[in-house]
Amino acid sequence: MATQILIIVFAPLIAALIAGLGNRMIGNVAAKGVTTAGLFLAAGLSWPIFLGFLSGTATAEVVPVLKWVQSGSLTFDWALRVDTLTAIMLVVINSVSALVHLYSWGYMEEDPDQPRFFAYLSLFTFAMLMLVTADNLVQMFFGWEGVGLASYLLIGFWFKKPSAGAAAIKAFVVNRVGDLGFMLGIFGTFLVFQTTSIPEILAAAPAMSGSTITFVGMRLYTMDILCILLFIGAMGKSAQLGLHTWLPDAMEGPTPVSALIHAATMVTAGVFMLCRLSPMFETAPTALTIVTIVGAATCFFAATIGTTQWDIKRVIAYSTCSQLGYMFFAAGVGAYGAAMFHLFTHAFFKALLFLGAGSVIHAMHHEQDMRYYGGLRKHIPLTFWAMMAGTLAITGVGILGVFGFAGFYSKDAILEAAYARHNGAGQFAFWAGAITALLTSFYSWRLMFLTFWGKPRWEQSEHIQHAVHDDHGHGHEDHHHAPSDGTAGYHPHESPVSMLLPLGILSLGAVLAGFVFHHEFIDGAAFWNGSIFYNEDLIHAMHGVPLWVKLSATIVMVLGFAGAYLAYIAKPDIPAMFVASFGALHNFVYRKWYFDELYDVLFVKPAFAFGRAFWQLGDVGTIDRFGPNGVASVIQRSSLAAKSIQSGYLYTYALIMLLGLVAAVTYVLL
Amino acid sequence: MEGLPILSIMMLVPLTSALACLFSGANAARWIALGATLVTFVFGIVLWANYDIGGAQWQFTEEANLFAGFSYKLGIDGIALMLIMLSVFLMPICILASWDSVTKRVGEYMAAFLFMEVLMIGTFAAQDLFLFYVFFEAGLIPMYLIIGVWGGDNRIYASYKFFLYTLLGSVLMLIAMFWMVAEAGTSDIPTLMEYGFPAGAQTWLWLAFFASFAVKVPMWPLHTWLPDAHVQAPTAGSVILAGVLLKLGGYGFIRFSLPMFPEASAQFAWLVFVLSMVAVVYTSLVALVQADMKKLIAYSSVAHMAIVTVGLFAFNVQGLEGAMIVMLSHGLVSGALFLCVGVIYDRLHTREIARYGGLAINMPYYALFFLLFTMASIGLPGTSGFVGEFLSLAGIYQTSSLVALICTTGIILGAAYMLYLYRRVAFGGQTNADAAAMPDISAREWIMMAPIAAAVLWMGVYPESFLAPMRKDIATLDARLAAAAPASDARLAPGTPRAEAANALGHHGEGNKGTGHEGMEHEGGSTDSAKEGAH
Repeated sequence: MATQILIIVFAPLIAALIAGLGNRMIGNVAAKGVTTAGLFLAAGLSWPIFLGFLSGTATAEVVPVLKWVQSGSLTFDWALRVDTLTAIMLVVINSVSALVHLYSWGYMEEDPDQPRFFAYLSLFTFAMLMLVTADNLVQMFFGWEGVGLASYLLIGFWFKKPSAGAAAIKAFVVNRVGDLGFMLGIFGTFLVFQTTSIPEILAAAPAMSGSTITFVGMRLYTMDILCILLFIGAMGKSAQLGLHTWLPDAMEGPTPVSALIHAATMVTAGVFMLCRLSPMFETAPTALTIVTIVGAATCFFAATIGTTQWDIKRVIAYSTCSQLGYMFFAAGVGAYGAAMFHLFTHAFFKALLFLGAGSVIHAMHHEQDMRYYGGLRKHIPLTFWAMMAGTLAITGVGILGVFGFAGFYSKDAILEAAYARHNGAGQFAFWAGAITALLTSFYSWRLMFLTFWGKPRWEQSEHIQHAVHDDHGHGHEDHHHAPSDGTAGYHPHESPVSMLLPLGILSLGAVLAGFVFHHEFIDGAAFWNGSIFYNEDLIHAMHGVPLWVKLSATIVMVLGFAGAYLAYIAKPDIPAMFVASFGALHNFVYRKWYFDELYDVLFVKPAFAFGRAFWQLGDVGTIDRFGPNGVASVIQRSSLAAKSIQSGYLYTYALIMLLGLVAAVTYVLL
Repeated sequence: MEGLPILSIMMLVPLTSALACLFSGANAARWIALGATLVTFVFGIVLWANYDIGGAQWQFTEEANLFAGFSYKLGIDGIALMLIMLSVFLMPICILASWDSVTKRVGEYMAAFLFMEVLMIGTFAAQDLFLFYVFFEAGLIPMYLIIGVWGGDNRIYASYKFFLYTLLGSVLMLIAMFWMVAEAGTSDIPTLMEYGFPAGAQTWLWLAFFASFAVKVPMWPLHTWLPDAHVQAPTAGSVILAGVLLKLGGYGFIRFSLPMFPEASAQFAWLVFVLSMVAVVYTSLVALVQADMKKLIAYSSVAHMAIVTVGLFAFNVQGLEGAMIVMLSHGLVSGALFLCVGVIYDRLHTREIARYGGLAINMPYYALFFLLFTMASIGLPGTSGFVGEFLSLAGIYQTSSLVALICTTGIILGAAYMLYLYRRVAFGGQTNADAAAMPDISAREWIMMAPIAAAVLWMGVYPESFLAPMRKDIATLDARLAAAAPASDARLAPGTPRAEAANALGHHGEGNKGTGHEGMEHEGGSTDSAKEGAH
């Protein structure tokens, strides 16, 4: 396995370097070919490893690569760890990445800068692989920051657009806030355990569970504070409530990027971290309660926003944020297997939804606003069916005990686990999750209905009008040729094979991934083989929850579908009526709960104001004024004074001497 | 290598070449300077290759007694070796950076740089207190001239400010040195490093040295000379200023303040921490609002050097090694960033950020280098910046979590101002026609940037090459500091471990309320047996 894992991890890096540095010298086809081939190679080698763990023939292994840092007792090396948890991530990352590479052949066809794009994609994959194969916290942090860099570069890929540059910075800086927690968590872990090696920490953690430590003047349980700090890191990367604001803006990047990074892989790194460190988190009840509550709150919060957005990618972005919330509260209540299972299925159906959305956008000439879609079912049928598979998977369609789409198994398992956990946070998470399942179903079907059903509403779209004008040649005023069916005379085309093939494969995953793998992920203590904390009692309790709990997700799913059908097919004037009567509420949700505005007032503006104040009032106005400039002017003035005394006139000198003499004599006499 | 006075040769080569430059024409001076710095660099590699890691503490020693106990005594340990390597590595790059941009008094300019190289090597290699002082202070003169003669429009003000600030602190240091020599009876630095000065005297001596080193670092609020000096200095001057001269302060702390006055260092650690914490937050925010590229990078230097000072005064191996790596890394990275500014300044003759934009379109390779150095500056793992910052902060965390927390906010603020700079320069549309017409980096500029880029990645991926030579010296220093080291504020107190996992479904509902909660109410409730984490 050592050779395979080395190839899996480093093939994407080498491909990225060839494509990135070769760039125009080697040309588009070579750059795209080498990166795509590298990824298919990595994916091809990943599946046998995963199947090996699935069948129980493979064993966990650590492949050393190179020494890294050795500073006193603080040592960490480059090494690649492969166990069940890593193997799952390997297939997720490499499969989705390979398909996204392939998809980008079609999607980025007309872009002038393709080698750079493919180099970034492969670089991202390398960093993500380093993250999931990490055997110590610092290498995990390397991968963590590496994916952050790739994400920054890809969000800002179309860097000529000011909005892309802004979104890229926002993504990086907000993530850095999380990284502050991650770094302090690593420092604290090293302080307590004298190691950064993950297996050693996990082994030593239970013994530390009752100990206390001082952190910034507060006396806290050691394990709680360490886990909370690490979780702050996870919140940043996985866009959890409070540190989520970068994710919707990240949609400025090309759509394949959103599918790979902001749906299937990078944003799940936080969940992966929690699962990797699950034995450590299990020693920290307060931290786990926080994880559960933050996860559940994010899950609900993001879903509410998803119901109001018009941009197709933003709807899916908020949906991602919300689904990540499910994974977090699953981990919080101790169902790490369910969290990983949802991560696994979500990777397929969410990548599918994003790539499907990309196919729609491609067909609609870069129009992303769903208000200008409609009636696309007949024009792009293959994309439609792919999106349908994704929607059935995310909403969790299925019949208990018979068959369900991917999300049916993973989401239900999470809700059941939350209920079975039987404590306050678990109950909160269960109800938040159940309500969110309703909202999920609603916004997913809303997206489908607005896009594929109804009459075309394309003629109001600027993008479509541009496209139509370009087709008809410039300068001709041919508005009157446009038919009055809302299409503006535009004919959407189905995407090329390179884009449809990934959609097809991912559709298979969305349909089957849950059914095929749910047994191992949820019930397979032997499958996990110690790579996560496996809570046997909880799984047992989970299977014993009342029937209404098991059916709850399906019931709310149907309700959500019915709501969306009513509002967007049966009586399309309901949304407008709702907005008219609940304007304030709608505005609050539509403006994303005003987080961006709040952060702008709280952090961004003050940072610049303080910067200017420190500079002008501090450096220039105080330090320089009283420091060097002040000293200089004092010296100048006193030398001027001294100069006036040294007049050169004998009588002034005589007078001063006389005065001095009088003073001296007076002093002696008295 | 036995017997060959390689350190003296490394100083003699640039010294003779400097004299030759003074009497040559412009082009000849350029080639002489490039040749001399390259030869010195080769000697540097020989020096590194022959340095016996784990061998004697002081190697390549040379000694010649002069007068009154004052001797010409050279010798290096691993710490000095690394800083000498940094200096001789950056020098040829500086000469190349000045190749076309300096056109007046070329001979004198090159001579000034070569003379500076002599003094920098001398400072790091000196083993006599007064010899050190002479090199340390004389280094100001060529820099003063470089800023004052070849600088920008406001060069006179900047050069005076630079000179006065740095000289004023040094006067106090000189007085302290006289006292020390009188007390210990020797001016030999290795002996003084092991001498036990009385605790009361240490306080004053430490403050006198601090006055000099804090200006050099520079620490807030003694930093205001730096932005002015950088802005007015020519590109190569900025590279050396940021790359090497700022390191003199850190070197002073690690060579003098810490080993010679360990008790006073512990006593004043709080002062260093406070100034450093202020520096990280304050100068980072100031950097955020700068409109001048060089000023921005100058302010970022102050913030980065604050990470050095907290690492040094963390009193543990990670802090010390981290501080050293930050110094080396910052020398490379900020030097490279000033080169990046220089590249576009040479084309457009303005440092105003707003005059650029969209350079990634017409200068893709430039944008790539600039990106790499930006990322190294904000400490992305895999680059040199991360290793140093991480170790330094890990070190300080063991001493004080509050200081670590405040200083770690530098990773957020650093990302903000550097990426904001990068966005305004390299991203966006091409709004200025003249900026859009600039050609990508030339072969000469490639030769300047590529070696630094390679070194930055090397130090990030395999820092062992740089840590190994210093390991023994830092361990020695750590051992000397151990007695004075302040206690960790973490005070880890063991408790009875929980019986079950947090999410265990116990028979009594909440099965996780284990024992061991006693220490929770008051800080004082814990014992001090918790120091197991500190060393």
